[in-house]
Amino acid sequence: MALDEVKIGGMGASRLRVEDNRFIRGKGNYVDDIVLPGMLHMEILRSPVAHARIKSIDVSKAWEVPGVRLVLTGEMMAARNLAWMPTLSYDTQAVLATDKVRFQGQEVAAVIADDPYIARDACSKIVVEYEQLPVIVNPTQSMAPGAPLIRDDKEGQQTNKVFDWEIGDKEATDRAFEQADVVSKLELHYPRSHPSPMETEGSIADYDRATGKLTVFMTTQAPHIIRAAVALVAELPEHMIRVVSPDLGGGFGNKVPVYPGYVISILASILTERPVKWISDKSSNLISTHFARDVYLKGEMALRKDGKILGFRMHTTSDHGAFFSDAQPSKFKIGLLHSAFACYDIPNAHMVAEGFYTNKAPGGVAYRCSFRVTEGMFFQERMVQAAADDLGMDQAEFRRVNFVKDDDFPHRTPFGFLTDSGQYGKCLDVGLEAIDYKNFLKEKEEAAKRGKLLGIGISTMTEPLGAGNSREYDILGIKMFDSAELRVHMSGKAILRTGAKTQGQGHETTWAQIVAHELGIPADDIVVEEGDTDTAPFGMGTYASRSTPVAGAAVAMVSRKIRAKARKIAAHLLEVSEEDIEWELGRFYVRSNQERGVSIQECAMAAYSNVPDGMEPGLENTSYYDPPNLTWPFACYIATVEVDPETGVWDVLKFVAVDDCGVRINPMIVEGQIMGGLTEAYAAAAMQFITFDEAGNCIGSNYMDYLLPTAWETPGFELYEVVTPCPHHPIGAKGIGECATVGGPAAFVNAVLDALKGTGVRNIDMPLLPDRVYEAIKTGKDISGAPPVKVD
Amino acid sequence: MSSLYEEVSTAPASDVPVRRVTININGENRTVDVEPRLLLAHLLRQGLKMTGTHTGCDTTNCGACTVLFDGRPIKSCTMLAVQADGHAVQTVEGLATASELHPIQEGFKAEHGLQCGFCTPGMMLAAKALLEENLNPTEDEVRWALSGNLCRCTGYQNIVKAVLWAAEKMRAQAGQE
Repeated sequence: MALDEVKIGGMGASRLRVEDNRFIRGKGNYVDDIVLPGMLHMEILRSPVAHARIKSIDVSKAWEVPGVRLVLTGEMMAARNLAWMPTLSYDTQAVLATDKVRFQGQEVAAVIADDPYIARDACSKIVVEYEQLPVIVNPTQSMAPGAPLIRDDKEGQQTNKVFDWEIGDKEATDRAFEQADVVSKLELHYPRSHPSPMETEGSIADYDRATGKLTVFMTTQAPHIIRAAVALVAELPEHMIRVVSPDLGGGFGNKVPVYPGYVISILASILTERPVKWISDKSSNLISTHFARDVYLKGEMALRKDGKILGFRMHTTSDHGAFFSDAQPSKFKIGLLHSAFACYDIPNAHMVAEGFYTNKAPGGVAYRCSFRVTEGMFFQERMVQAAADDLGMDQAEFRRVNFVKDDDFPHRTPFGFLTDSGQYGKCLDVGLEAIDYKNFLKEKEEAAKRGKLLGIGISTMTEPLGAGNSREYDILGIKMFDSAELRVHMSGKAILRTGAKTQGQGHETTWAQIVAHELGIPADDIVVEEGDTDTAPFGMGTYASRSTPVAGAAVAMVSRKIRAKARKIAAHLLEVSEEDIEWELGRFYVRSNQERGVSIQECAMAAYSNVPDGMEPGLENTSYYDPPNLTWPFACYIATVEVDPETGVWDVLKFVAVDDCGVRINPMIVEGQIMGGLTEAYAAAAMQFITFDEAGNCIGSNYMDYLLPTAWETPGFELYEVVTPCPHHPIGAKGIGECATVGGPAAFVNAVLDALKGTGVRNIDMPLLPDRVYEAIKTGKDISGAPPVKVD
Repeated sequence: MSSLYEEVSTAPASDVPVRRVTININGENRTVDVEPRLLLAHLLRQGLKMTGTHTGCDTTNCGACTVLFDGRPIKSCTMLAVQADGHAVQTVEGLATASELHPIQEGFKAEHGLQCGFCTPGMMLAAKALLEENLNPTEDEVRWALSGNLCRCTGYQNIVKAVLWAAEKMRAQAGQE
């Protein structure tokens, strides 16, 4: 008898998470929980100013503090060729400043001491003399003639431009605009924010002079990439470097890059021959580690009267801070932002992207998204609403007219992406029904008569998740595949390791479910391990919703390799030829006699005790999976809101989310990902932003200035599901972790602007703080740019 | 004979004063010498090796370091260890008994009320303080009680469910007694 898949915790089971057993007991093992014998503590001194030449650094008083073991400056790093390090975007970044500081919070010196309090005391004794330079806090200042050159360290760098990038067919798009009945335009700013996982960055470097081996425990979403980077920077061979990423307190893209603190702690351990722990505090984390967004987008859309989109143009101006250190595929300078409009059938498009240095923290990291698609999808859905309004068309109908139809797949976008599956119209229908669209429109009209402002906002999008394939996607030349290694013990229990790294997504639970699905081994019999480069197979890590599309596929493929070998063993045990054997979940049987069979566990035992002649013993294997394409989940998010015209406060009345992420491995976990993502979408729309004053002071360097929603503000979400299996993924799954963060913000913003329809307001840039909404209502004018810094 | 070993420093004695405090932690009196500036969170984590209490923000905003102080939730990153002298502190390590999880712990697992787990100990303790005062809270009361604790992963909806799940179980247990 085949096993009941749900009972063994296979695919489709909302299996409770195994990692919870330690977390609910306070027994997680985060970097700051690790204590090594003889461990020292490191604190970093950061620049209080945004742009200044360093005239002198006096560390003598720091050395006098009892308990101080080492004080490091840029000069000492430079003597070891470690003052600068390569970024993941082919730029360089200062580890400890030598010449200038280029943003507030930049690393200037470090103290290593017996305990963290002493290290902090000693940092305060370091005297740095700065000669202040003019500060640049936005791309407009950056590109102004005569602007001070931020990156004067780079040979040949004459301006503050990071890159120019272009894609699409300009002439064909121009022709489309000539044929347009209506041209719709929109300009907006996606404000800077910080992914802000609850746990900050940190590392413990432990260099053993006797063996020459360096072990680094660190908060990284991509341990193997970090190992490659460390090998490059520290000039140590990879087999002498072990990177361990233990439990992570969230990541959201913030823990992908290489941070100076990691490198400094490594050198400190090499010099002191003691383990050195560095744990960033929250303020340092918010002002110096990778921010996200901060892109100015403008575009226009060529429209036919009947609602058909003929083409679009887009232009992005992105602020990358002082160092271009995004982690993204090397071929694409502004990530996958050009996947915008992929769910619509638009024949012509052209896009220009410009990136600039500013005196702000480096970044532009993919904060819970697949390489900057968030900005693209937000612009897409705001533009689509603006276009529908300009045409006087119903916003749902406008989308439906332009959707790529179910039988039009595979579909090539004008920028070269190949979308391969989806039921966009169906998802929209489910969403409209759930929100009771027609009734709400009536309700809205009636409410307007009573002076109440109701609005409804829709956001629909398909997002490219799961980089590679390796032909097109690489980071620093390393191809974006991923891996899984499965060892089945003789008892039929197993250990699985992958090149991904969970940060709360529940890999320990779901990967075991894939193995259970493929082999019939109960999920509870499978242990999953990730994050240790000495034991895990090489992989590119977890970000950009790539774990299930790539590493998850590798788990299925390695399980199939195991099953293929087990089949040969089964034939041997059953004394029939392999061709006469059938598989059902958990067992092989003889085709002519279903009663005669052997379980996968019996095959495992035989792999170690009774293999056929000529067969290698053991039952383990590894798969490196290079996906043929990205996966393309689809989402339809709809929000209804009420705006109070007296205060500008808006409340979410209802929010429905329809997600099609293909086959769901663990529905409970998928829904958890969606709700978490929607909350970050709400955060972006309502309150979450970081800005800077004219002097380059970061406004948002703690949770009193940088607002994250609590349980009190966060609205409830209603979730719905449509399933269109991914045609190329071995179990039909698509990425899901980030759809809601990417697609969600536009639903909220569109809803508020829909409520304001008729006031003349076409756009309010996020965050939609009550005072901005109020001002828009009062003046009837758009509100643009980041909220100004209030000084009083 | 004790096997105690303590290295004696020959460096000049530090002028930092040290105070002896006794804190009842999870039911057990612990007596320790601390610098007056030592934060309670750091005493718990580094001094007493109870790493279930996390430090997230250092500014009393995120609540990852929440512990119960004489039964009331406080943020241990902004309380000095010396302030806890003579008081009772409960941490996540004190929630479960050897054989049984606390219903709040069970609820968080059953309702998928956690993802990365970093905010979870603080959330559970804030929830415990609520349920000790009000065993039959509404959803709004739960949301309000947890509004001093930030979570970046879950979106709170399942955390609220987890607390209501625990409340129901605790009511049933109270009914049996």
